[in-house]
Amino acid sequence: MTTTAEFSVRLTDTTLRDGSHAMSHKFTEQHVRSIVRALDDAKVEVIEVTHGDGLGGSSFNYGFSLTPELDLVRAAVDEARNAKIAVLMLPGLGTIHDLNQAHDAGASLARIATHCTEADVSIQHFQHARKLGMETVGFLMLAHRTTPENLAKQARIMADAGCQCVYVVDSAGALILEDVSDRVEALVSELGTDAQVGFHGHQNMSFGVANSVFAVRAGAKQIDGTLMALGAGAGNSPTEVLAASFERLNIHTGVDVQGAMAAAEDTVKPIITRMPVMDRASIMQGYAGVYSSFLIHAERAAERYGVPAYRILEEIGKAGYVGGQEDMIVDVAVTLAAANKAT
Amino acid sequence: MPETTTPKRTAAIVGSGNIGTDLMFKIMRRSEHLEVKYMIGVDPASDGLARAARLGITTSAGGVDWLLAQDELPDFVFECTSAKAHAVNAPRYKAAGIHAIDLTPAAVGPYLCPVVNLDSLEDVLNVNMITCAGQATTPLVAAVSSVVPVSYAEIVASIASKSAGPGTRANVDEFTETTSRALEVVGGAKRGKAIIIINPVEPPMIMRNTVYCAIPAKAAEPGALQDKIRAAIAAAVASIQDYVPGYALRVEPQFDTAREDWDGNGRVGIWVQVRGAADYLPEYAGNLDIITAAATRTADLLAERMNANTRNDAATVGAHS
Repeated sequence: MTTTAEFSVRLTDTTLRDGSHAMSHKFTEQHVRSIVRALDDAKVEVIEVTHGDGLGGSSFNYGFSLTPELDLVRAAVDEARNAKIAVLMLPGLGTIHDLNQAHDAGASLARIATHCTEADVSIQHFQHARKLGMETVGFLMLAHRTTPENLAKQARIMADAGCQCVYVVDSAGALILEDVSDRVEALVSELGTDAQVGFHGHQNMSFGVANSVFAVRAGAKQIDGTLMALGAGAGNSPTEVLAASFERLNIHTGVDVQGAMAAAEDTVKPIITRMPVMDRASIMQGYAGVYSSFLIHAERAAERYGVPAYRILEEIGKAGYVGGQEDMIVDVAVTLAAANKAT
Repeated sequence: MPETTTPKRTAAIVGSGNIGTDLMFKIMRRSEHLEVKYMIGVDPASDGLARAARLGITTSAGGVDWLLAQDELPDFVFECTSAKAHAVNAPRYKAAGIHAIDLTPAAVGPYLCPVVNLDSLEDVLNVNMITCAGQATTPLVAAVSSVVPVSYAEIVASIASKSAGPGTRANVDEFTETTSRALEVVGGAKRGKAIIIINPVEPPMIMRNTVYCAIPAKAAEPGALQDKIRAAIAAAVASIQDYVPGYALRVEPQFDTAREDWDGNGRVGIWVQVRGAADYLPEYAGNLDIITAAATRTADLLAERMNANTRNDAATVGAHS
């Protein structure tokens, strides 16, 4: 079956935010300038630049930034000619104070992220971002953890607080095809013209791009990707593949496909220290529904405590830990190691 | 001389929500020197007021105006409303000479964790109980900084979604900022950072806290200094268990050797769980439990201080007559 319907969507590239996980938060100002320049040349309209865990993410728990993220935001703003620079913020980790500083640094789009059932913690942040005159996007993370109906109710809370586009965020790469379109449809029907709907996919089970197509056909208007799939877990939907496949499917993005491929191959590939890969640990994240950024922390704990990373992640999935609970990884690893010793 | 029993000091609880109601049970069941005389709310239909009335406590939905119009004022008032309300009420309690124990993030009075800094505070009429995470983590940071300088302390508090009330949800920034400052002021860290995570998993997860302290490289290596840190942490845990029996280490403290991206510091990580006493909300709500338990302990210790002063005064009068 072929579809002849035409769609228009906006691509947001988050190489410099989600990709920060895979780089252990070691992007330099030079990296940021060259990637922003390449994306801008390829006509990508929105570029997200922040620590992988959002504003204020530089920490023991998530890893310290090599370069202060506000310096990176300023460099991105300076380098971009057409693209908007976005920042991510997780309430409970970042604060309105951080949002003010990012706005002062020139960021014009605020993306506020909560766990998929806890949208009400973001109300003050959306209100404040709008007061600052920033465009707003809401992230409902680990969207596989609740039903389409509940997700739509949470999206309503964000929209009422001033969010202009609510994303179904597949943080664990756990959603497959209709799991995505059912959720996007529920949000579109709840939000109507009050706010757009977006989708952010991961490759843990290889569905990032296919899921994005399902999202667009269900009414999503904003789609996330990263160059070379650089991102948490097995990486994100690759921006250059989204651009190319969307063109073939009559999904208009305005992005120059050749430019996106060049940005991935010539600018990002040379600086990647760890290529995203679907291996036992990252597939387990999709399979067990674990937040993608836990991967590298689990690998480190695996090495230190002598238990396999996939086992740590499996236990994390069983316990139902959510985004931000990276601190639980050591607890789980130590407990597993003790259990191994006892048997 | 036969010991005379000191009559209990009286307490009023202002705010009849989850915190106020849990506190009422805590004082009734666990306090040595206090009795709840008044429970004050603003909603006549609240569950907390109904429960208090059934237990024979004088209740009113008439707010602080009603309380201050009573002939017999309480010795202590526990503020369980909101930061905004306490900012208004605090000067009125002070004018009436009532000790205020503030469970909101208003911070009119100094931050207080009873096992860390009560002894160092002079007679103050208003103390602030920080936040639930502040009560759970500042004693551990203080323990580490009693042995070595802590240039940076970071905590991650995870609470069950069902235990996060509308106040916490509407003010997460206030929560993280207050807790961060307390890691410095009470914990003794040069710089503090607090992170809060709300987790909706079913059955609800029991409150968890992770504390990371940057410590000098030498202290992160096995040896006498590291042993001293372990001992200080163990002592802090034991002293909290005295009033929060469900407070416990999940695993032994973990030491990480110095790293360049940690400014050449090492790190100690401490993982604790706070199982609540289930006085009102179920045991997963350790976050509620630890702050009401700390408030009760604080008032008990202040009452002891007041009683001692009274005895000393009596002794002085006796000596002169």
